[in-house]
Amino acid sequence: MFKSNKRVNTLLSLLMAVLCLVWIYPILLILLNSLKVEGTFTTSTVFQLPNASNFAGFGNYTYGVTKMNFLSSFGYSLVITVTSVFLILLCCSMCGWYLVRVHSLLSKAMNMLCVFSMVVPFQMVMFTLSKTADRLRLNNPFNICIIYLGFGAGLAVFMFTGFMKSVPIEIEEAAMIDGCNPLQIFFRVVFPILKPTMISTAILETMWVWNDYLLPTLVLDIKKYRTVPMAIQYFRGGYGRVDLAPMMACIIIAIVPIIILYVACQKYIIEGVVAGAVKG
Amino acid sequence: MEKSIRKYWPIFVLPTLVAFIIGFIWPFIWGIYLSFHKFTTVSKTTFVGLSNYLQVFKDASFLHAFGFTTAFTIVSTVLINVFAFTIALALTRGIRGTSLFRTIFFMPNLIGGILLGYIWQILLNGILSNLQKPLLALDARYGFIGLIILMCWQQIGYMMIIYVAGLQSVPGDLIEAAKIDGASTWQILLKVKLPMVMSSITICTFLTLTNSFKLFDQNLALTAGEPANSSEMLALNIYNTFYGRSGAQWKGIGQAKAVVFFLVVVVISLVQLNFTRSKEVQQ
Repeated sequence: MFKSNKRVNTLLSLLMAVLCLVWIYPILLILLNSLKVEGTFTTSTVFQLPNASNFAGFGNYTYGVTKMNFLSSFGYSLVITVTSVFLILLCCSMCGWYLVRVHSLLSKAMNMLCVFSMVVPFQMVMFTLSKTADRLRLNNPFNICIIYLGFGAGLAVFMFTGFMKSVPIEIEEAAMIDGCNPLQIFFRVVFPILKPTMISTAILETMWVWNDYLLPTLVLDIKKYRTVPMAIQYFRGGYGRVDLAPMMACIIIAIVPIIILYVACQKYIIEGVVAGAVKG
Repeated sequence: MEKSIRKYWPIFVLPTLVAFIIGFIWPFIWGIYLSFHKFTTVSKTTFVGLSNYLQVFKDASFLHAFGFTTAFTIVSTVLINVFAFTIALALTRGIRGTSLFRTIFFMPNLIGGILLGYIWQILLNGILSNLQKPLLALDARYGFIGLIILMCWQQIGYMMIIYVAGLQSVPGDLIEAAKIDGASTWQILLKVKLPMVMSSITICTFLTLTNSFKLFDQNLALTAGEPANSSEMLALNIYNTFYGRSGAQWKGIGQAKAVVFFLVVVVISLVQLNFTRSKEVQQ
């Protein structure tokens, strides 16, 4: 019985390894083709390895980066993601704490609205949101974080209230008796307790903001500002020939930092996903 | 204590509330308002009553997109959950390489929908052209299958993580008790593990259902609705109605479509949650 179980496990291990290769293969394919000279491959020869005659080295990378101004896209994406996630964490943690500790009509209404906003599809508000953003001059990479705060608040507040409910109030009461005002209580006592939820929320929101395509497309001026997903889509956007190899190079450039980040803090990412799912 | 915090609401709640109003509440209400109007710019609107909504149900492309999306959602939800659960079962047996496998399966989730769409477009078109079949953009059937494959590749890892967490929280003594009572592996799976992870199943079906139904980026990048809008899903159909068609009536109709879409999403979410919640057991 025990021996057969062991054999099953080895077999499963092998099977999973094969499946994992299948899982990585699409990215590997893009990586290999991004090293070929543009025009030396067709849709049917993408599966051939690059050889001496069509090996381009980093040519596509430098071409893609300079021609598409890809580094500035990268910068915009970075600015938007960092400011938005920072703002979401700060404002929503404060809001979430208030909603749990104060039982008022405002709290109830906010809670309801947050849950509601998570169900509403973006298409419902996309047109009016982009008009609102234009009118309030939120249509550049430095102000768009306010919109992300508004649209991402639902999930974040929900995560924070979910966690706060399990935190005993006694510590905060003690701090209050010691003479702290609510701001001091929040930043000195509650903030450190919220750290694990902060990390989970940060990860979920980062994954969303960094990869978001439609919101920045509609809100930002595409001629001036392009985030990474917008830049990739822009390769295909115009009519005429597509520079396939440089596009693949840019895809690889866009993926690599995320994968490095993922490998570095995958423990938190996986915990964040589980935490987000359990509360959602 | 509550009293003294309450006074601080302008600091704690107001920033989020203001952003929430700008980013969500106001556009939402305005959107509903506009769905009853005809307009090209928002400053000049004329009230048309329900005519936009009537147009929505006469629009063949919308109805087709609805059918396509529904079929896609059902197939992808079933496939993703079955595979994710199976892989989760395999990865909770303590086999060698578990954490590496988990890492790799989850990875596609970190890549944005647009990038995923183009990655798979290159790969699938390569396969199709080697098989002497029409390319993705030429045959809606392959577009459908392509979207399913892409969605599975992306979402299985995510759902698998949730199932693994669910399976790991099943108490070991329950399984042991079942073993002592002479239950087979299958019986343990169906009668013990499955009911105990029902809450994970609720979450995962909810997530896959809504993700598939609302899918946009992947659809845009992989097929862009080609050929002739026949692989167009609802979200893309609404987007195209807004930004791809000229004519005074289309923006209002697009907004009406969005309202219909929103209502369908709400109904699906509620029905699904009630259905699977009713099957959950208390631990």
